[in-house]
Amino acid sequence: MSVYPYIVAAWLLGAGLYGVMSSRNYVHLIICLTVMQASTYVLLLSVGYVSHGKAPIFADIPTNSTVVDPVVQALTLTDVVVEATVVALLLALVVQANKRFNTVDPDAMTRMRE
Amino acid sequence: MTRGRSVTALIGLVLLVGGLAWGATGLYGFGHYHASYGRIVAHASVPDRSATNSVVVTAFDYRAFDTLGEEFILFVSVVGVLVLLRRLRGESGRDEENVAEEDRRASESTRWIGLAAAGPLVVVTVYIVVHGQLTPGGGFQGGVILMSAIAFVAVGGESMVLLRLRRTSRWVEMAESAGAAGFAMIGFGGLIAAGVFFQNFLPKGTSGLLTGGVIPLANIAVGLEVGGALLMVIAELFDQRLRGRRL
Repeated sequence: MSVYPYIVAAWLLGAGLYGVMSSRNYVHLIICLTVMQASTYVLLLSVGYVSHGKAPIFADIPTNSTVVDPVVQALTLTDVVVEATVVALLLALVVQANKRFNTVDPDAMTRMRE
Repeated sequence: MTRGRSVTALIGLVLLVGGLAWGATGLYGFGHYHASYGRIVAHASVPDRSATNSVVVTAFDYRAFDTLGEEFILFVSVVGVLVLLRRLRGESGRDEENVAEEDRRASESTRWIGLAAAGPLVVVTVYIVVHGQLTPGGGFQGGVILMSAIAFVAVGGESMVLLRLRRTSRWVEMAESAGAAGFAMIGFGGLIAAGVFFQNFLPKGTSGLLTGGVIPLANIAVGLEVGGALLMVIAELFDQRLRGRRL
């Protein structure tokens, strides 16, 4: 049994979270958020992996062969789409905030509001 | 970072690490996954639906209801982007001048490569969408590839195309809405024809593109929606870029 895929997922989550917390720029912060999201893809796909399993697409393999779990893969698909839309929405917010405050630094924006 | 933020971050971190450690104790070992749902779904897709791509069968047939929710997340967030980026008062347009300036920045070679890649990418989109139930691909992937075709056009410096796209965004909007509505209609079709929401009510076929019952239709609907949604987001953000230069 190997734990490396889970360690990679945890590492991606931690690295992204550090970026989000220490970010001085909203665009950079959103990119860090996508790194955090990438950890969920790694986690989902590695949870569903079956030893020596093939991709669950029977176009060129026998229908009784061992395959990895298709449900987590469909979930990952959902995850990717949701991430894309969240990023689009956040970037739109940044564009508007930059127009209003003329900065993309979270701290500077907080100071300006006070 | 201020003191308050550090304290909040520390509490969050402790909870996160604790939660992760607690969750990790319940994980299957890598490669030792043995939940039966996925196995049943994977091996049912060929005899039951005549479709070889069990990921797409899961997303658009067995768990189509979840995909419907995801569709609406996409739809609502695009509406959110459009509302956020609407043209504010005092932001009038001299778009053509800015576009011309934008276009001059692209070199001749990037322009040709961008335009040369766009056509084949549209063909790939259609291929990926219509073969969704057989080989890796499907509506989501196809929609994203369609958007990259437009991105190539923009990289090639043909910003005028994007501007025109924004002007005719009614059509893109209609494509997006038609995709979202079409996917929901497939669900209602199952309700009417078989009495169960998202029941696969069409003949499953034996081989070729027309297999899997409603799955090819669902792929096309989702492809339209995802492609339309991303095109609208790209066009809106591009529009912001033109306006930003003026300020």
